Amino acid sequence: MNKRFFILILLCAAWVTSASAQITEKPAFGKFALINATIHTVSDGVIQNGVVLINGERIEFVGNNVKPTADYTVVDLTGKHIWPGMIDAGTSLGLIEISAVPVTVDNAEVGNFNPNMRAFTAINPNSAAIAVNRVEGVTSVIAEPASGFISGTATLIDLFGYSPDTMAVKADAAMVMNWPASGRRGWFDQRTDEQVKEQFETQLKEMRDTWSKAKFYHEMMTAFETSPIGKTRPDKDQQMEGMRNVFRGTLPVMVRVDREGDIREALKWVAANPDVKFIFTSVAEGWRVADEIAAANVPVIVGPVLRLPSRDYDHYLRPYQNAGLLHKAGVLVALRTGQTENVRNLPFQAGYSATYGMPYDEAVKAVTLNPAKIFGVDDRLGSITKGKMANLVVTNGDLLETMTQVEMVFIRGRNLPLSSRQEQLYRQFIDRDATN
Amino acid sequence: MKSIITLILALVIASPLAAQPKGSVHIKNATVITITGETLENTDVLVQNGLIARIGKNLATPRGVESVDATGKFLLPGIIDAHSHLALASLNEATSPVTAEVRMTDAVNAYDIGIYRALAGGVTISHAMHGSANVIGGQGATLKHHYGETAENLLMRNAPRTIKFALGENPTRVHGQGNGVHPRTRMGVEQVIRETFDAAKDYKRRRAANPTRVAKDERLEVIADILDGKILVHCHSYRADEILMLMRVFNDYGIKNYTMQHANEAFKVAPELAKNGVHTSIFADWWAYKFEVYYSTAYNAAILNKYGVINSINSDSDELIRHLNHEAAKAVRYGGVSELDALKMITINPAIQLGVANRVGSIEVGKEADLALWSKHPLSIYAIAERTWVDGVKRFDIETDQTDMRLRVNPAAKFESSMISESGRHADSCMEGVLDFFTFEAMEHSHE
Repeated sequence: MNKRFFILILLCAAWVTSASAQITEKPAFGKFALINATIHTVSDGVIQNGVVLINGERIEFVGNNVKPTADYTVVDLTGKHIWPGMIDAGTSLGLIEISAVPVTVDNAEVGNFNPNMRAFTAINPNSAAIAVNRVEGVTSVIAEPASGFISGTATLIDLFGYSPDTMAVKADAAMVMNWPASGRRGWFDQRTDEQVKEQFETQLKEMRDTWSKAKFYHEMMTAFETSPIGKTRPDKDQQMEGMRNVFRGTLPVMVRVDREGDIREALKWVAANPDVKFIFTSVAEGWRVADEIAAANVPVIVGPVLRLPSRDYDHYLRPYQNAGLLHKAGVLVALRTGQTENVRNLPFQAGYSATYGMPYDEAVKAVTLNPAKIFGVDDRLGSITKGKMANLVVTNGDLLETMTQVEMVFIRGRNLPLSSRQEQLYRQFIDRDATN
Repeated sequence: MKSIITLILALVIASPLAAQPKGSVHIKNATVITITGETLENTDVLVQNGLIARIGKNLATPRGVESVDATGKFLLPGIIDAHSHLALASLNEATSPVTAEVRMTDAVNAYDIGIYRALAGGVTISHAMHGSANVIGGQGATLKHHYGETAENLLMRNAPRTIKFALGENPTRVHGQGNGVHPRTRMGVEQVIRETFDAAKDYKRRRAANPTRVAKDERLEVIADILDGKILVHCHSYRADEILMLMRVFNDYGIKNYTMQHANEAFKVAPELAKNGVHTSIFADWWAYKFEVYYSTAYNAAILNKYGVINSINSDSDELIRHLNHEAAKAVRYGGVSELDALKMITINPAIQLGVANRVGSIEVGKEADLALWSKHPLSIYAIAERTWVDGVKRFDIETDQTDMRLRVNPAAKFESSMISESGRHADSCMEGVLDFFTFEAMEHSHE
């Protein structure tokens, strides 16, 4: 038997084995040359028939006219497109497994003031939803805690890794603040107008008081640390400690705020705290206050885009136009799904934004480079640029188009198997034995 | 005497019904996606008096009929949503595991702005269903989106009666866990159905034998009509085991022509569904919001389609109903369903499931003119619905619509009041520590 033929059979056997047991398939890692592709760099335009070289975790080369050496695994991507991995700037992925089963819900701690809570701590790297979503091209997410007015810190993670430590791009990416809502939360909210108003004012007062206390604590501690001689060490308070990076200006506050009036109030808060960095998120009625948000130079994370208009008298397209109108006003815009299990619908938030007024390139940026900028990781993520992490998605078409299929996903240079529980169920049942 | 009452009743019911509006329009030079036949390039569709009169090239415009230049645009049948709660003032009569007597036709809110928003997504018919709190819930209403008309004029004329059934977590939680009555388990759900069917058969036999002594029972009358094949059952279900259970029970009682709603695990029993001729109406990609949908897959539609199950993609949501074309496109993304089959899942297939496929769901001469004109192929994310007609009457036009399309403004409503909602099923429930968990959960999920 020809030796080469024998090896081929061995390889085929190995391939068949791995195809039938992909749950154990490991990602490939090393050197890859992705050739003949349409490269959507996001930072530097589109390169036709281009090459991306991946060496280890990073992008080594982007451009034309390079001949990869023999140690690269060459992947011919003729007719295919390469995009930066998408970043969903607002999710509960990894924190919630099944939202209706409380014991699997780890995003909402008891209490209104929880700055010491860290989403990072509760990330489950083996959540079934992680693989389901990354095989559709979302490679990183902000996972955010949700309760009270200070919920704790959101974490920015890659959707691959065996521990939160290896997944974390930024373990503590922002402090989550829920602006007290001056309206109802949904059709299920049965409170009277008076109750809504009363609870809103109580919450607002509590928030202001607690913020002031935390600021005082920080100033007191800082004074002691700067010159401890002759002073008594103040008692340490974990909650108050959690806020100190906010006042130092090293941890941005991500304010979840939706209504026009609430956004205006939040903007006053921004103006009153010049040393603190702010990001607004959700911002359903951001379009109503776009110029003011732009003037305050606050970046926003819009979404979900696929939502109902917040008021019955609003034009039916406003939610789809929101991101585009904010961009037009000069605001730095990223997008979010606000989802757990269906973070994979992120490209469609961008697709609808593009259909209804946001320039296409900006819509792509809103799910790639802009979230990276907002969270200060654009040196590592968000575009196909030499030296950045190789978080890449290969598709057979337009990233934002529903019918497009994802064909390859790289996270930190790992070529991940496109396997997930949903895909496994498909393979298990598409050719089911109908007699048993 | 009886015949006079019948006549009066017929007049009272039929006279407003007869007034359902009808219009005429000449749509010129579109790409006509007929669904049941070829897709026709550069083709005209002439609508006269609410019906599709002619399909062809370069048709003449009759006098007095508006013509629309549709060059470069796509004409699709109006999208049909087989699972909706749009325009309903109430949803769940959650007072008994069986409430077959209640009717959603009594709860239609013709002023719901959601109807206009659905029209703006090319949706012309929705199946307004009872919630899923009860094993046998109320009777549904098939609505034509005649926004601007009375509630009576939203009801599709002579559409078959439908009824909601519900299996699994919702009825067991509401009744078994909540009220301590049957059913608390999937075992109990089966027996509630069998007991009710038997009771209806006995009732019918007793009443037929002695109509003056056996009082009329509206609930059992409706159940008897189900057993006689006069009402189409739409059954909320998720898991494969409960889908099989319902098929066994319905085979025992001879019930046919029914649709498993949601049916997240239908893909596991696709051959059995196909063999029994059972239809499915599913979400494109919802999963994991509760335990019984944890082992779901977005490839559900592709698997069902491969086995020949007649499947539709529905919204169950006032938000999702705005973009059912986008939801259908996901069937192409996940498992490579053909574009035509994906479009069938939001047109002719839901029409079959509602028993109205002879009247709507495709573009054919003689069918009712429920149509939507799209700027691009409707499965593209860049496609915009530009005009929507119901029975030939234009109910949405992107050129002329106003910012505020409410029909009625409540003078007591606060101008600044706003309601922030989110799409998808993770909801804000986990954030709402102030609300009683059970009550909140029941409200939040009992219509899924």
